Amino acid sequence: MAGYSVGGSGFLQNLGRIYALYTGGFLGFVVVLGILEWIGVPDRWLGYLFIFMTIGVYALIGVLSRTAEVSEYYVAGRSVPAFYNGMATGSDWMSAASFIGMAGSLYFGGYSGLAFILGWTGGYVLVSILMAPYLRKFGQFTVPDFFGARYGGHVARMLAVLVLIAASFVYVVAQIVGVGIITSRFLGISFQVACFVGLIGILVCSLLGGMKAVTWTQVAQYIILIIAYLIPAIVMSFQVTGVPIPQLMYGTALEKIAALEQTLKVTQPHSAAFVNAQGQFSAVAMWNYFALILCLMVGTASLPHILMRYFTTPSVRQARESVAWSLFFIFLLYFTAPAYAAFAKLEVYQGLINTPIANLPEWVKSWGRPGLALVGACDAANAVQQFPLCRGVTGNGDGILQLNEFRIHADAIVLATPEIAGLPYVISGLVAAGGLAAALSTADGLLLAIANALSHDVYYKMIDPNADTKRRLVISRALLMVVALIAAYTAGSLGADILFLVSWAFSIAASGLFAGLVLGIWWKRCGNASGVAGVAAGFFVCMFFLYTTEFHGPWVKQAFSWLGDIQIVKIRGRDVAYIWGINNISVGIFGIPAAFIAQLLVGRFAAPATNEMQEFIDSIRVPSGEVKLAPGAGPAH
Amino acid sequence: MAAKLTQEQMQAYWGRTSSLMWTILALWFFFGFVIHFFAPTLNGIRIFGFPLGYYMAAQGSLIVFVALCVWNTTAQNAIDDEFGVSDE
Repeated sequence: MAGYSVGGSGFLQNLGRIYALYTGGFLGFVVVLGILEWIGVPDRWLGYLFIFMTIGVYALIGVLSRTAEVSEYYVAGRSVPAFYNGMATGSDWMSAASFIGMAGSLYFGGYSGLAFILGWTGGYVLVSILMAPYLRKFGQFTVPDFFGARYGGHVARMLAVLVLIAASFVYVVAQIVGVGIITSRFLGISFQVACFVGLIGILVCSLLGGMKAVTWTQVAQYIILIIAYLIPAIVMSFQVTGVPIPQLMYGTALEKIAALEQTLKVTQPHSAAFVNAQGQFSAVAMWNYFALILCLMVGTASLPHILMRYFTTPSVRQARESVAWSLFFIFLLYFTAPAYAAFAKLEVYQGLINTPIANLPEWVKSWGRPGLALVGACDAANAVQQFPLCRGVTGNGDGILQLNEFRIHADAIVLATPEIAGLPYVISGLVAAGGLAAALSTADGLLLAIANALSHDVYYKMIDPNADTKRRLVISRALLMVVALIAAYTAGSLGADILFLVSWAFSIAASGLFAGLVLGIWWKRCGNASGVAGVAAGFFVCMFFLYTTEFHGPWVKQAFSWLGDIQIVKIRGRDVAYIWGINNISVGIFGIPAAFIAQLLVGRFAAPATNEMQEFIDSIRVPSGEVKLAPGAGPAH
Repeated sequence: MAAKLTQEQMQAYWGRTSSLMWTILALWFFFGFVIHFFAPTLNGIRIFGFPLGYYMAAQGSLIVFVALCVWNTTAQNAIDDEFGVSDE
């Protein structure tokens, strides 16, 4: 097959066949590993095979997609059909936090955890109606490109780059932590080393082929992660209810949980909305719920690594269609997550609580042992030797597991489900491969967004507009390496809970970019100064409150007491200020309005957009015809 | 390549596009926020074991979001075709 390449015309015409073959091949690989397990190959080897085979496939796609063309490197040659761009966006979107963390949050939070489910899906409606088609018509390379062209040049572009880097960097660090956790668990290596092993997995995908390589790897990663997420849930549902449709059948599990909560005297029911630990209605819980949904939804419609995926479709029409496909592919995972939480909780309430310690199922011991430490049965005085998670828990030593003697880590809900359902180890390996695919694909998209902003917006547009293609690509790749190394180093030295980092990224992007994007498209007369004011106000207000509430909580309580009630909460080893009781992961509730107010106010008094600018906006509102860039926006590419 | 729109056609086109946007935005707001205010009450109703308030946040609203995206795509495509401005 001389001259055949991933992303070439022969490839694009045969996408369906190629990815069907790939899916079949992957399922075959799982079956082969299942046979290997059956004939006695040790679990550790199966783990190695899963991780190295899948990373090897991503690397192969990455190498086959190498390119020397700028438009292929930045926007995959604008040749990605709506359906496949939807899958790529799905895995770009769903990170380690979605794949492993979310079911755990639902297990512990019950109804309040659903804020993540709503927040991480509803934003796509905003992308569809407000952004994607117009950004595709605009048709350049990056999100800061839009700010530069719409708000008259370098100041707006630079501010957008700043927001992009702040949001994406926080986010990518969280992803590398996710990769590190999974890799260290399944390869038995230290977390710091695992972060750098993961880094290699990330770079082999993106370094040679940029967006083109990342796109076709992300499609491959989506297929693996969705298979890995659905299989254990389907088997679990079949075992518990006799029907293999977990999304429909966990209703019966919820009903049984509600009944068991009565007998076990659980004070905070699983499906009760807006309640505190005592089970009473709590207004603060309600406002936190809605604040988080708002920040996550608006953040979705502002995160550059997602928006830039809609630059890659062949047409405006396909950009629009691809938003619907994206949400559909994301929906498949998100509407399954609550089923994981419900079946796991039912298993715990029914099969573990009030069971003699001697009769506990095998999975409790295997997932609780030192080294994994994801479960703890803390009845005996020396339980901590067998279950490190039991540190600080004192059991009554009656030989029976009570509810308050049971501990489980959030990650165990997804990771241990295959074993809880009695599936062979090969399915546990599959789940690990799925979690790795989720973390790698998101990290790839984020790193590319950061490196592209630096190489395209800062270097090419602002420092050296005469750079030739070869030089631009060399610079892009060098920056990608540098950013990746800094991110991996930060992750290795941080290594903490990742959900709050991810939520911060959403608040930052929402505060800095949303108003500028929406008003830029939908308010024609909005002038340059007002756009700059919007981005600056949103970003700085958000960062100010994020930094001060997190690191100077007591000062915030004093200085902003006129705002209303401010609580100090001990979390992450600090005194964090919760203004009006709102968790500071939702700090976007200050930044988003600040951006809109600043942009609207300045827009009323400053010069409106020029006639050329208004013609430019008219030209991106209509799918057909040329884009008429206004003067001062710089060269087209 | 489609013919260029006149000033009036452009206004009509954008008027139709905007009202579609506002309609979907209102539905998004209702299913993203408003309905969940009533979750404690809706939870009193059980369907296939699901408390209704829980179901809406875990599944119901998500299905509506997917439907809204599909609706936006087909309705906007129809508007584009009517004005002859599709780019395909």
